[in-house]
Amino acid sequence: MIVTVASGKGGTGKTTIVTNLALALAKKMPVQVLDCDVEEPNAHLFLKPEFQEEREVTLPVPEVDETKCTACGRCSEVCAFHALAVAGGRVLVFPEMCHGCGGCSLVCPAGAIREKPYRIGVVARGQAGNIDFVHGRIDIGMPMAPPVIRAVKKLSRREGLTLIDAPPGTSCPVVAAVKGSDFCLLVTEPTPFGLNDLRLAVGMVRELGVPCAVVINRSTLGDQRVERYCLREGIPILLKIPFDKEYAATYARGRCLVEDYPHWVPSFIGLWQEVERLVSQRARAAGN
Amino acid sequence: MQELLVISGKGGTGKTTVTAALAALAEDKVLADCDVDAADLHLLLRPEVESVNEFYGSKKAVINPKFCNLCGRCLEACRFDAVLQVVSEKADGKARSDRGSFYIDSLACEGCGVCALVCPTGAVTMEPNLAGYWYISETPYGSLVHAQLGLAEENSGKLVTKVRQEARRLGEENNARLIITDGPPGIGCPVISSLTGVTLALVVTEPTAAGRHDLERVVKLADHFHVPVSVCINKYDLAPEKSREIEAYCYETGLSVAGKIPYDIDVVRALVNGVPLTSCSRGAAAKAVQAMWDSLLVRLEKIGNQ
Ligand code: SF4
Ligand code: SF4
Repeated sequence: MIVTVASGKGGTGKTTIVTNLALALAKKMPVQVLDCDVEEPNAHLFLKPEFQEEREVTLPVPEVDETKCTACGRCSEVCAFHALAVAGGRVLVFPEMCHGCGGCSLVCPAGAIREKPYRIGVVARGQAGNIDFVHGRIDIGMPMAPPVIRAVKKLSRREGLTLIDAPPGTSCPVVAAVKGSDFCLLVTEPTPFGLNDLRLAVGMVRELGVPCAVVINRSTLGDQRVERYCLREGIPILLKIPFDKEYAATYARGRCLVEDYPHWVPSFIGLWQEVERLVSQRARAAGN
Repeated sequence: MQELLVISGKGGTGKTTVTAALAALAEDKVLADCDVDAADLHLLLRPEVESVNEFYGSKKAVINPKFCNLCGRCLEACRFDAVLQVVSEKADGKARSDRGSFYIDSLACEGCGVCALVCPTGAVTMEPNLAGYWYISETPYGSLVHAQLGLAEENSGKLVTKVRQEARRLGEENNARLIITDGPPGIGCPVISSLTGVTLALVVTEPTAAGRHDLERVVKLADHFHVPVSVCINKYDLAPEKSREIEAYCYETGLSVAGKIPYDIDVVRALVNGVPLTSCSRGAAAKAVQAMWDSLLVRLEKIGNQ
């Protein structure tokens, strides 16, 4: 089963939920963690995997053979992303703008365009105890997160539980991460910011047709508006973690709640059982 | 006109709280919220919206089934798996071999237009796509330009650029001296769009294992675009030893630390009441923000004189 942990915004404790769930369940079943927050992957700071392999993620970017190019400008006309420009009888390529769609090589009447791989980031895989761990990192200055996210997701094992740490926000990179999941856990805080971001995140997962539930982090700070919203919308709240300066310190040291406070282990196992129940309930409803 | 951009390698470090607190202190400024994915600044500044404007992102492909002859070239040519085919079902529920016409998954479409290029019957057209809205508002602390990207839309970078353009125009109109911008989280395309050409980036970070890591990445990004950086360590007293590590890192790399804000329950109170910290508190955090603002003003003036 693939469960994605998302939040309208960063900093709500998404990575905390992913890493604690993974550690709590790893003794019971095969667990894989895919850190798809490729702009700022952090899960490895807590799970401390040993990376065994690293692979480059590339996009096919055009290379122009100047001996064949007639500077007709067809390629720059069709490029929707302004990655090509004809200036002074030559074609200039801006690879960081290119989406690798292949349009330019398709239309070039002189057959002057060849595609060559252009590095936009890396995917690394390793082991953290018995957790299979994969994360992606975009190179600095590269705006193209979704292809790196897709490359991370290709390494999904599809046995036991696959946990995806999604990027923050509700736009294209998050969609790339959430797509195809069986369930989505939305992590939020009981503040006006938390509520605003949660609303957006709920809209996004509904758009994608993925069932969801909520985890409230730092549940003792703030007010009741998030809970009232969930009640009204019929979204189950599966776990609440109170604010505690000691927990914040544990997090700051790069350690997990279930390591320093083992009494949290059953809560995370319970969270997983609830998710399983909700997913099978839905499958039954769809089967009839 | 100078532009102060508040960013953080990651969300949740208190970037918006800091921006709002600075907004309540600064004079002669226009405010901009470039976190178009999940804009929150309006929750603290309580804007009255004066104009609502549509934002069109890149075009998206649409297939007219009337003209589709089922050749499948679009499916072959699309590299984003955005072309799908209607599956007709028999009464027994099994898919039949005669499949229906092609259509586009608009969530996967990147708008490159390759499908329209290869379609022999002209069944594919590229249609404008309403991707969000941007607003000009009045707040008790000055004019604010903000936006909201539609759910699951791309092109937040372009919308960020739009917000910045409008803030600049408004600033010129109002004879403002400064634009204070709440930036997006991360280091991806919206951050890149908000960084280029700003006077100073204030990076808000937290003393956590992840905080230092995220700070390094965003500082590298700012360097890449030649934007000077000042650092703000938020909730520094939650993990004093991590704060010292961050300070040491800043010292070694020649970054200036503009301020250190202590953990203070007033910050949560201000948030829940929906007001900037500095307009409702005289506590330790509010004082630290005031001191930071004074040092930022000095830094901005220095950069202005260069
Ligand atoms: S389409 Fe081909 S020939 Fe024309 S400018 Fe581009 S590379 Fe040169
Ligand atoms: S592959 Fe597509 S995005 Fe890249 S340069 Fe060619 S037309 Fe533009």
